[in-house]
Amino acid sequence: MSTFVAKAGSSLGKKFITGITGFGLFVFIVTHLGGNLLLLVGPDAFNAYAHYLHTAMHGWFLHMARAGLSAFFLFHVVSGLAVYRDKLRARPERYEKMADAGGTSRKTLSSRTMAFSGLVILVFLVLHVAHFRFGPGLEQGYVTEVNGVEMRDLYRLVVEEFNKPVVVYAYVFVMLLMGMHVRHGFWSMFQSLGLARPNTVPTLSGMGLVFGVVLAVGFMLVPLYILYFIPPPSEAALAPGVLP
Amino acid sequence: MTTGETMTLHLKVWRQRGPDQPGALTPYTVTGVSPDMSFLEMLDLLNEQLIERNELPVEFDSDCREGICGTCGLVIDGIAHGPKRACTTCELRMRNYRDGDTITVEPFRARGFPVLKDLVVDRGAFDRIISKGGYISVNTGSAPEANTIPVPKYKTEAAMDAAICIGCGACVAACPNASAALFVGAKVSQFALLPQGHAERKVRVVRMVEQMDTEGFGACSNHGECEAVCPKKISITYIARMRREYFKAALAGV
Ligand code: HEM
Ligand code: FES
Repeated sequence: MSTFVAKAGSSLGKKFITGITGFGLFVFIVTHLGGNLLLLVGPDAFNAYAHYLHTAMHGWFLHMARAGLSAFFLFHVVSGLAVYRDKLRARPERYEKMADAGGTSRKTLSSRTMAFSGLVILVFLVLHVAHFRFGPGLEQGYVTEVNGVEMRDLYRLVVEEFNKPVVVYAYVFVMLLMGMHVRHGFWSMFQSLGLARPNTVPTLSGMGLVFGVVLAVGFMLVPLYILYFIPPPSEAALAPGVLP
Repeated sequence: MTTGETMTLHLKVWRQRGPDQPGALTPYTVTGVSPDMSFLEMLDLLNEQLIERNELPVEFDSDCREGICGTCGLVIDGIAHGPKRACTTCELRMRNYRDGDTITVEPFRARGFPVLKDLVVDRGAFDRIISKGGYISVNTGSAPEANTIPVPKYKTEAAMDAAICIGCGACVAACPNASAALFVGAKVSQFALLPQGHAERKVRVVRMVEQMDTEGFGACSNHGECEAVCPKKISITYIARMRREYFKAALAGV
């Protein structure tokens, strides 16, 4: 019979990998949202949090988190897209007419667009990391001081970026898709890992909807608030006292 | 509609001469349809009218015509087994339609279910999956005394809710991924839930899943359309159970 590795590549194995990595990514974005919301608290809180992540465990925390996340993303993308490829192969001739069965079905627009929403998240991720992680830092003068410690002024960079309407609307669009990804993904990961039971399916599915909405709205809140209520630092310098 | 009145219906039926041949939806009008007829009896009537006109009748599968054998199966207006819940094609009554309606009829479509002719598909893939473990190995002889092995009621109920599967394949037909996970999940679960199936449970799930994948069915993305069209309302949590069984077997090195 098949080896352990072959089983990981089977139809059930692929979904196990999508599910377990999806869980990791879910935990990550919930944490990430928490960090983002510090932007609304103020520059020092946000910069200090970013600085803390960079210095925790002598910088090892961030190294490990990066390595872990990269691996999770890689496995998630590969297994998720493999499931999608199998789907395309499994029905070479399509139906002329297709309708939703309704009833107890969990099929939604979200569940049918997982590969699309996932790919958009992937493209976003590349731009996002390029913008913020590999964007301007200390050398370019994005420096601030919190409690006597000199650190990168990430807050300023974020506020500058989110004062560009195009960036904000693109971001909002991606977050909508991300919310949809979680709307189906959340309950789906429990089912994929074999954890769903008859009495828990409706609750899990409902929680998926709640998490999808909360995450999408939560992530949108920050850029929209910045765009409409926080002027870019250069303008702020001209009008002190505007900042919260 | 009162009994005695009949309907005229417009059908768009998938016609295909043979395997790997191009097919197309072909329009037909069938007259004199009684609301008491089943969907298949309506197709019988169409075929009589086609034969009278010297045309080839539409091929479709059926056997028991009372919802227990799993032989019938059509995709009717885009839904496997048609618009009624928990209902096979043979049990669907024409009283669900109105005079003048247009109905699209297609075969189950999946790589694992190649079309043989018109609305007839080859569901041999299911037989091959069953042959890999959809049974328990026992020496034949006289039947054992029924209560030799006590089984709690809730377990027998859960096993029966899976064993009720008639193997029609509507789950595959309705699945956006053409996955056979509900069928295999039901077959794996009915044995995993009972002591008689315990001895072979790990080997069974691994072999059956291997065969399911070999047949070219897709992986399950948890859309749940299968449960919604299943004539026996089999729950997708049997798919979760199959996954648990499979992961345990994988960890045990089977
Ligand atoms: C914020 C990042 C992401 C999170 C939180 C996330 C979360 C999830 C979760 C929880 C699932 C359900 C897993 C399952 O059904 O077992 C899932 C499925 C999926 N994800 Fe993601 N994901 C993310 C990024 C991506 C990316 C970048 C892709 C790239 C293409 C992707 C593609 C997919 C696909 C195709 C599926 C569905 C697999 C199927 O059809 O069964 N995801 N995701
Ligand atoms: S013909 Fe037997 S179930 Fe429909």
